[in-house]
Amino acid sequence: MRISLFVPCFVDQLYPNVAWSVVRVLEGLGHEVLFPEGQSCCGQPPFNSGYWDEARSAARVTMKAFRDAEVVVGPSGSCVTMIKVFYPDLFKGEPDELEARELAAKTHEFSSFLVNVLGITDVGAKFDGKVTFHDGCHGLRELGIKSEPRALLANVKGLELVEMSEAETCCGFGGTFAVKYAPISTAMDEVKCASILQTGAGTVVSNDSSCLMQIRGMLEKEKSAVKSLHLAEILASR
Amino acid sequence: MATQAADFQTLSRRYTADKPFRAFIQKALGGYYKKRDENKANFQDWQGARDLAAETKYEAVNHLDKYLLEFEQKITARGAKVFWAPNAEAAREYILKIAKENGVRSIIKSKTMTSEEIHLNEALEKEGFGVFESDLGEYIVQLRKEAPFHLVFPAMHLTRRQISDLFQKELGSKATDEPEELTMIARDVMRRKYCEADMGISGTNFAVAETGMISITENEGNARLTTSLPRIHVALLGIEKVLPRLEDLSLFLPMLATAGAGQTMTCYNTMYSGPRQPGEPDGPEQMHIVLLDNRRTELLADAEQRDALGCIRCGACLNVCPIFKNVGGYSYGTTYGGPIGSVITPHLRGLKDWKHLSAASSLCGACTEACPVKIDLHHHLLQNRRNGAKASPAVGEKVAFGGFSLMMGHPALYRLAVVFGRIFQPLQGLVNGTILDPLRAWTGSRNFPKLAPKSFHEQWKKERGGRK
Amino acid sequence: MNPGRSIILNRIREALRNNPAPRPHTSHSQADAAAETHGHAQREWLPKVGATLPEQIDLFAKISEGLKTEFHRVPTIDAAHNLLKQLAAAEGWKKIASHSHHDTDSLIQGIDLPVVRTEKGYGIDELESCDAGVTGCEVLVAQTGGVMVSVESAGGRALSVLPPHHVVIARASQMVPDLTAAFEHVKKRYGKNLPSFMSFITGPSRTGDIERILVLGAHGPKRLTVLLID
Ligand code: SF4
Repeated sequence: MRISLFVPCFVDQLYPNVAWSVVRVLEGLGHEVLFPEGQSCCGQPPFNSGYWDEARSAARVTMKAFRDAEVVVGPSGSCVTMIKVFYPDLFKGEPDELEARELAAKTHEFSSFLVNVLGITDVGAKFDGKVTFHDGCHGLRELGIKSEPRALLANVKGLELVEMSEAETCCGFGGTFAVKYAPISTAMDEVKCASILQTGAGTVVSNDSSCLMQIRGMLEKEKSAVKSLHLAEILASR
Repeated sequence: MATQAADFQTLSRRYTADKPFRAFIQKALGGYYKKRDENKANFQDWQGARDLAAETKYEAVNHLDKYLLEFEQKITARGAKVFWAPNAEAAREYILKIAKENGVRSIIKSKTMTSEEIHLNEALEKEGFGVFESDLGEYIVQLRKEAPFHLVFPAMHLTRRQISDLFQKELGSKATDEPEELTMIARDVMRRKYCEADMGISGTNFAVAETGMISITENEGNARLTTSLPRIHVALLGIEKVLPRLEDLSLFLPMLATAGAGQTMTCYNTMYSGPRQPGEPDGPEQMHIVLLDNRRTELLADAEQRDALGCIRCGACLNVCPIFKNVGGYSYGTTYGGPIGSVITPHLRGLKDWKHLSAASSLCGACTEACPVKIDLHHHLLQNRRNGAKASPAVGEKVAFGGFSLMMGHPALYRLAVVFGRIFQPLQGLVNGTILDPLRAWTGSRNFPKLAPKSFHEQWKKERGGRK
Repeated sequence: MNPGRSIILNRIREALRNNPAPRPHTSHSQADAAAETHGHAQREWLPKVGATLPEQIDLFAKISEGLKTEFHRVPTIDAAHNLLKQLAAAEGWKKIASHSHHDTDSLIQGIDLPVVRTEKGYGIDELESCDAGVTGCEVLVAQTGGVMVSVESAGGRALSVLPPHHVVIARASQMVPDLTAAFEHVKKRYGKNLPSFMSFITGPSRTGDIERILVLGAHGPKRLTVLLID
């Protein structure tokens, strides 16, 4: 399959290794990976803040970049939600509504793509250690992704998954919310990190880098030994 | 900044800084989650039940005039009086008028958030009426001169010690650490009040058009006493609470119990159609229904968010909301707190002053998932943000997102900006966490990630350049 | 008629006109929830109830336990009467309240205590000073462990809530599977002239208002006893 990679802007800037991990996993499965360079940002920040006109400008660039793509895969439940769930709302009644719907239909979150589209749960990865999984809210509630990452983790050799009590509780990121309402965002982060620490896992894994940025930010600040990795990074380890 | 928004910032900062308080709230809700999950599991299909509940409410709300008229006609035929109150003032005046005309001296109330909404107690007290809240939690917050902390659990923020101190001071009772003894103290006080009161004021959970009934859900029995013993019963009823058929209660009563308090059924679910009928041994001589609009019709006019009128005030969305659990009920400054409050308050009290509540959310969607009638709560928060930005854009944001979209709309500009960002990040390191740091709100509690030496874009171009 | 009526009705009609709301996101919204079959449609989703009487009684018993309802199955009305006497002795009742009704009459007949009867009217203080209220009921609801009472079947509104111990007498034939069946029962029995008060009582009065800790007997009865004659 020719798979077009959708790399959210902060993954592009902060976590290029996550994108490379996706490339390695997909290529390892024998697929061709393309990276349409015209992409920038899905438009979620202005959309979430209520600036829908501005969001549409950004979204149109993304739509253009992926116009010819057969299938689009991205390593972030949140940014994929923007395309898959919110583009149809955002472009409702606009001349390019149809294009938005088409892109929504062919775009997939990484773990969901592996399990539900490719039908693969074992990518031949190996990772030694105890991990716990954080469900990013958008992936979980907007896209309904819960079992997919777990099915993939279950087949990683050497990996033990321990569920945290607050796996489905929001980490408190929420985009500009994290800065506008920093004390609340921080309180939520505290609840999340306490739950992670309680499991005794050495690594927290998620399929959303934005959540990991929030979680990692606090773990590092508190000088915790717990590491954080994107699911793709785990699946790319050998 | 509007004062409401500033107050929210101040209060939420204060409450989130109080870790023991946050832990207390989390712990208090722990038992609820367990019971709720057990009861949900008893349903053959909780999701199917939610679908049906949402559809029933859809039907009711989208034919509101028809069902209200049917309700009015049926319950009037049974001797109740229905008063249509366009706003809070009309409702207050009507109730005051009834109290005065009938020589009422003492008024007992059962839990009603609608009366909080119209500030009824203050109005009655100002006119010299003694007003007693009979629900235990409501009584406690009334003694403390506070508003309810939560739609369903009004005094959940207080420890038994605080309640014991309060009762000692206000009622002269002896100190105790036993919730049971504290409950009995309130029980004894209230017993006398029920017997003496001339007027009982209640809320309403559901109105049934088909049979002309109101239905009241409660655990303590105080609402039953409030509506049985005094000679006048006044029921406050938001216009959105009407259901088409009596059988609809077969679905809504168990769902309200499960979502609201993790119960199979709430202890008392009582249906009233009219005052005491000829030949009946007891019950009030008069029954008044105060049908309240108070800008609910504004929400009705917003087709996109109309489903929010289906709210059955179960409080489930508050119980799962990570914002509510960390900032508590008082930070909101509204009658209806939590996610549903953030959604409807802009409609009930104005978008300009209350849109900040829609911004104060990570949009995690836990509320929507919990809502038994499937109100699209977190998406409505997004819509409120959009409506707010359109009506009165924040200047800084407008400029920032204008620039943002210009940049994101032009991939070349985006890449240029990235190069600049890379130059600036080391500078940010110099001011990290200080007042000069533009990222201070973040870095106060969290490390900010370092930009990668080369973006994925750049790396890809270098390694795979030429290939598309 | 107050002017508010037309104001509100106009606002509602104005709001609904030209403004169709999106249908809820449900899996079976096309079904349009046919009004006629509504009560029965609910049965597919709500907690399951066995079809036979023994199953329903067992379910009622199981839920009662969780609710702290004291549920007793007795073979005859005489056995129920003996149980009532034991309760009276154990709790030291001095006065009880009841109402005229086939089963309550036989239940309390010969009991050696003053009885306040509510059906012809009563003084509130008099009822308040009773140690127990003995009533009949409309039906028992297996699905929820509930007792459905009404003015007619429970001697008015207050008898089943004011005294600290509520004793209900019922026959096995009064067991129904669920709330839908309970509503069918009252509609059949009373037609359009439903009692002005009907209530589902599900366990003794309770509160969790202090630290979410369960306390029984907040304002209503601290004990609820259900006697079922098989
Ligand atoms: S919005 Fe839904 S969950 Fe929240 S109180 Fe209303 S009915 Fe309950």
